[in-house]
Parts: sequence; structure tokens; C-alpha cells
Amino acid sequence: MSRSTPLLHLAVALDGAGWHPAAWREPGARPNDLFTAGYWADLAAEAERGLLDFVTIEDSLGQQSSSFTGPDGRTDQVRGRLDAVLTAARIAPLTTHLGLIPAAVVTHTEPFHLSKSVATLDHVSGGRAGVQVRVSGRADEAAHFGRREVPRLPVAALDSPAGRALLEELFGEAADYVEVVRRLWDSWEDDAEIRDVATGRFIDRAKLHYIDFAGRHFSVKGPSITPRPPQGQPLVAALAHRAEPFRLVATSADIGFVTPHDTAQATAIVEEIRTGQDRAGRGGQTVHILADLVVLLDDEPGRAAERRARLDASLDAPYAGDALVFAGTPAELADLLQEFARTGLTGFRLRPATLPYDLERITGGLVPELQRRGAFRQAYQAGTLRGLLGLPRPANRYTAA
Amino acid sequence: MSSTPKQIHLAAHFPGVNNTTVWSDPAAGSQIDFSSFVHLARTAERAKFDFLFLAEGLRLREQRGKIHDLDVVGRPDTFTVLAALAAVTDRLGLAGTINSTFNEPYEVARQFATLDHLSAGRAAWNVVTSWDEFTGENFRRGGYLAREDRYERADQFLTAVKVLLDSWRGDEIAADKESGTFLRDPDAGRFAHRVGQFDIAGSFNVPRSPQGRPVIFQAGDSEQGREFAASAADAIFTRHGTLEAGKAFYADVKGRLARYGRSPEELLILPGVTFVLGDTPADAEERAYEVRRQQVSGPTAITFVERIWNRDLSDRDPDGPLPAEDPLIDADPIVRGRADVRGADRLATAAHWRSVAEEKKLSLRELVIEVTGRQTFVGTPQQVARALDDFVQADASDGFILAPHLTPGGLDEFADTVVPLLQERGVFRTEYEGETLRDHLGLPALARPAGGSREEAVS
Repeated sequence: MSRSTPLLHLAVALDGAGWHPAAWREPGARPNDLFTAGYWADLAAEAERGLLDFVTIEDSLGQQSSSFTGPDGRTDQVRGRLDAVLTAARIAPLTTHLGLIPAAVVTHTEPFHLSKSVATLDHVSGGRAGVQVRVSGRADEAAHFGRREVPRLPVAALDSPAGRALLEELFGEAADYVEVVRRLWDSWEDDAEIRDVATGRFIDRAKLHYIDFAGRHFSVKGPSITPRPPQGQPLVAALAHRAEPFRLVATSADIGFVTPHDTAQATAIVEEIRTGQDRAGRGGQTVHILADLVVLLDDEPGRAAERRARLDASLDAPYAGDALVFAGTPAELADLLQEFARTGLTGFRLRPATLPYDLERITGGLVPELQRRGAFRQAYQAGTLRGLLGLPRPANRYTAA
Repeated sequence: MSSTPKQIHLAAHFPGVNNTTVWSDPAAGSQIDFSSFVHLARTAERAKFDFLFLAEGLRLREQRGKIHDLDVVGRPDTFTVLAALAAVTDRLGLAGTINSTFNEPYEVARQFATLDHLSAGRAAWNVVTSWDEFTGENFRRGGYLAREDRYERADQFLTAVKVLLDSWRGDEIAADKESGTFLRDPDAGRFAHRVGQFDIAGSFNVPRSPQGRPVIFQAGDSEQGREFAASAADAIFTRHGTLEAGKAFYADVKGRLARYGRSPEELLILPGVTFVLGDTPADAEERAYEVRRQQVSGPTAITFVERIWNRDLSDRDPDGPLPAEDPLIDADPIVRGRADVRGADRLATAAHWRSVAEEKKLSLRELVIEVTGRQTFVGTPQQVARALDDFVQADASDGFILAPHLTPGGLDEFADTVVPLLQERGVFRTEYEGETLRDHLGLPALARPAGGSREEAVS
């Protein structure tokens, strides 16, 4: 590779004992620790040792399930999870450079609360926060709130008229939600706090702003109760598999997670999001597009595939999720990532099939391999997540020019 | 009398967004930097306090239709900052106010269960209920409550959260790698609850936390508030800082417990109090007066009088007299976003203030300092330690929630001087004896619930 080898952005998606349903039974797995702070702190420390850009932490407002329409009653897989924003906050003081992007559901929750909780995560982490917004289209999750009816649709029905209408509604609401969250982050100007003893004023109230958002699903007055966070606006991310969420990424996000299974798909997805960005007038803004891959890594050729076969053997059918599953050596994965990167992807979010094993192979195997190739940082050189991702601190929309 | 004196419980209140928090002092630090929260939490833990307490308000206060700019403004999200503090403390309880009007039980139950897991059993919840439309403008649940319905809402909300938390018994996770059994019980987390405003059912997704549920606080003084506390709370956050009022309140509330099958130790009474320390009694008095002057600037004095008179008095001179005209009783309140003096009480308060001002020849600002500013405990460390001890031994409270007037160092001196004296008196712990906040507070462990069920609770 030449001097123009682009630096890749590399993140890890944390979920339970790993992304393979049988991960919790592996010899190094810690299924009894999943609900302790120490487990998450150890994973974050490992990710930080590997100089990764950030970790994401999965979340949902319902039980994990192999079925899209409700709980599956299974007892042979990990069930139960902690609130992701709070888990991120718990590990923030224990890390210094790693970005923290918890998932949060935007369908049943309050944008006012999420705005201040992510702003607070940014305050307690010194500017390393983001949030991965998720919609919930599940009827069983709606019943946990008892406030709206959601049709009980299987995944296959998403392209029916009813399915499309539901997606339009959910992702339209998500876009409004992100707009409110961002306005609230801007609702305090950076220099609103004046502590002017002469006049007795703590703040200059001309620098606090009502956001006056009125939409179909909510109206929010503002301003936030929480001062503008260190990054100005923490980062907004979203996972996207199809047109509606691609549009959400294009119009509203700083980071999109996508799931191409080959380079042709990757090219098409990048094109669709970039076009959407231009159409939304965000052509000049940096929006990272990271491909998600489930990874099993071993140094010895063939070992990872064997491990995959062993893990799959305890399931009814081999594990296949939304994202491509890779089993191989760190060097083979580095080859694949560099090939994918030529499609315009700016990085990758790796989903370790098992924890902590595959995370340790990422930090201890893949990262050094990419560093040898000049494709990954040798040290952290920025104090904020925006800094790591090459994103500027945004100007405040309410600050008079 | 037993040989062991009654033990005092102590908590630290992070300085709030009102005029008692002095920001004009050179020693005043940030109200939002995480380092301020770390400083106060570590001071409280070093002093072996029971817990740290954070208040919450979900809309910035307004006066005369504008955002109130004279007091500290800006707070973090309660849950998020408490979760972060769990990383920098080991034993200190982590208590926060969370509103039951602008949240949903499923979410709040998840957040408290998570905080309790992540702190290994140190979470506490001060349940409050807003009734105002003003705060509702920030929420999709914009609907607000009639003032008299707020305890019913709080009660139903708390019950719903308890149903969710009790949907896991605590022994469901087998995590047996050999047999492949992660959950012993496929119904773990199942719930159905249809009561009053709530109609929810499904599967709760956080396993039972170390304390089972957060320690429950109730703040408020009304008849309904006292009854709610007696039936459902583990501790009351009161305002009764004087000995006589404290004893009456204590006897009243503790006397209500038997009706709910509870014993007096199952509900702690903890007044929120302030303090000023000095090297001599005179020094303490002098410092206390200086703090009160910092707390009540000229513009702040005007806003206090406006709240009673319910008029725009921004053109008045704080060094001049109280207004000659009477308060407006029927107009909309001039203040929004805080508990407020209402209706006819305004006339009585105004009459009282006038008589005090006349008798002592006080200007408007001096009058406000006189009637609002007095700290609860003022004296040398020895005097304050004795007064705190006497207060508790007289059954006026079970301890105190101390609100320093400075962020973040306002508790340092108390921790260094008063706490050792309380320990010498044998009325305050020298080391934490238990792991959880329930342990610190001497609350009995909760019985194991029945766990997940498909049966509905209906009433």
C-alpha cells in the first residue's frame, strides 16, 4: 500500500457475552458477571488498550428474543440487560480516551430526558459521548408502556403497505427526536454562565434559548436544564439496513452503521447515504459510514472457523444475523477491511462473536496488524470523540453571528 | 436508656439551584463539572456518610416571565451522574430525585435497577410528582395533574415500579455453561399490571438488583405526603429543622406506621439542614451573617418580595422599604417552576414581614436576610456536634441531609471537624459496616418476591 493508505476508524459493539447466541458458554465467558460494573469496565479497558475510537453498548426496552414479534421463552441464551446510557456513565470515569456510544430507544422515551442524559455523559467523560438511536417497532415493547398501539408485524411484512407506514412513522419520529435532542444541546450558549457579581446575575439569560419544537409526536419548549456539553453536540449514530434508516443517517446522524455483505453492497449503501446527505443539504458535513461485521479471530489459520462450527453446533441452525460473519486470522480480516474501505466506508464497527475472547484478538491481533500497514493510529491524539473522528465542534445554531 | 445511644444518619445534598447556594464566593466552583460531584461524593464517603443526594427540576425557573438568572442554573441528569459517581466511590449511597409524572414506570424501573447493579446496592429514589403544566411543556407526556391527584399518581407509579422490580426473584440466572441453561425460569420478568393510570404488561428485562429495589424517599409535608411516606417510603426528607417542630413531626409520622404493619425503624426521618462553622461562637455567627448576605443580594431580595407580593417590583430599591401596596392575590403567580406561597397566605406573610421590618428598622434586603436566611446549625464544631446529637436523641429526627452553601468544598470543614466529634460521642459510625445503602440506614433486607407471573394485578 502507498502513503495514501487511509486511516480506518475502528469501533467495537458490546452486547452481553458477545454476538453469537452461544457465546456465554465459552470457556472464557463471564455469564455471571454480565450485570456487574466490573465486567463492563474490563471490556472498556481492553477496547481502550487497543486505541479503538469508541465502543457501543446495545440496549432495548424489552427482553432479547429470537422472534421479532415478542419474547421467545428461551432459557438457553442470555436474557436481561442493563440500561446502556448508565453503563456508559459507569465506565466513563475509568477510561480517558475511548468514545462511549450507548444505544437508546427513541420510540417510547422522552427527548428531553435523553438529551440531558447524553449531555451528562459528555460532561462526566470529558467530551467522549454519543448515542445510537434505535426505534422500536415491536408490539411487546409498546405494551410495556401502554401508551400506543403498534401492529404485530413479522419482519417479512415490513415491505407491505402497513409495514412501510409503520417504518415511515417510526423513523419520522426518530428524526424529530434527534432534532429536539440537538436543539436542546444548543439551548445553552457556551458562554451563558457569567457569574457577574456586580449585577448579581449567574447567567446571561439572553444566551439560553427556548427551542419551541412542535411536531406530530411531541412538543418541547426548552431550554435544557443541562448546560451545553463539552463537545457542543455529542455524536448521534444509527444502525441502518434499508431506505428509511438510510435516510435517517443522511439527514440526522454523524455516524451510520451499515451491514453490507460484499463490496458491491457497500458501494451501493455508501452511494445511497451520500446522495441522501446531499439532498438534505449536509453534503459538506462529515458523516461516517461504518460497516458492521461479526468477528471470530484466531492467529492460527483455521482455528476461528473451527470455533465458529463449535459454537454453531449448540444452535438449531448456524448463527446468521444482519451483519456479515467473519471467521479468520487478524491478517485476513485486515485484508477484508482494507478492501471494503475502498468502497468509501470510513471504518468498521466490529461485533465480537464472543467476549472477552474476540475483543482481545481485535486489540491484540487486528490492531497491531493494521498499525503495521499504516492503516490505524499508533496512539490517541485527541481528547474528545469528535477529535478522534475528525469532526469539528459544531457552532451553536442560536449564537448570533 | 440503653447503653448504646441512638445513631445519627448523615447525608450530603449537592448544593442546589436556589439562593442558598453561594456562587459569588471566590471558593465557589462549577455546578456542572464532574469534578465537583466527585469532590463532594468523596468528601461524604471519607466522612462515612450514608448517602449523597441530588435534587432535580425539569424546567428552568422563571420570574416575571423570564428565566430566573440570579441563582445557580444548570444541573446534570440525575441517573447519569449518579452512575458515574458509582465508579469513584465504594460505599456511599447514591440518591436522586426522579419525577413520576414525566416518566414511565418501565423506564424508571430499568434505570434504578441498573444503578443498583452498577453501584452494588447503593441506589435510592426520592419520588416526586409534578402537577404543573409549565414543566409539562418539555415532555411528550405534556398532560399534567390536578394538584390533589399528585399523591395518587405517585402511589400508582411507585406500585408499578415495584411490580416490575419484583418480577425477578433473584435466583433465575443459572448461567450453567455445561447444561446450556442460562435462565432457570422462562417466566423471569413477566408482569401484567392494570391499575389506575397504568395498563402495562410484558417482560421486564433487568434481573433483580442487589437491594431488590432502590431505597425509597418521600419529600413533603402535607397530610397526604405523610400518609404516603408511612405506607411506602423508607425515609422522609423533611424541612423541620427546629427541635419542637421536628419532635411533633417525628411523633406524628412514626405513629402512622403501625397502621401499615411497619415498625418505627422502617421509616427514617431526615430533615434537610444548613450549617455554618466557626472557631468561636462569635466567629460562627459572623460567618453565618456574611453567608446570608451572599445568599441574599439586592436583586435576590427583590425577587423574594415579588414572590409574596406577586407583583413586578423590579424598579424598587433593595435598600429602601417594603412595598406600600398589598400583595396581588388573584393574579397568576409571578414565579413558575418552584413551590410557591399561594392565595391568602400572601397577605399574612406580607403583614408579618412588615411588622418585623418596622420593629427592627430593616430595609427590604435586611428584612429578607432576617426572615429567610437563618442557617439551621451555627456554631463551633463542638456546639454543632452537640446540637445535632441532641436533636436526634430528642427524637426530632434520625439524622440530617446537610446542604452546604458552597460547591464543591462546602462539606470539607464539617467532615474534618464535626464528624470526628460525633464519632467520639459514639453516635456516628467510624467505618461502614455494611455494603448496601439499606445496610447503612439499618433497614431490614427485603423478602424475596414471588417473581415473574402472567397473572394480572387489577384494582
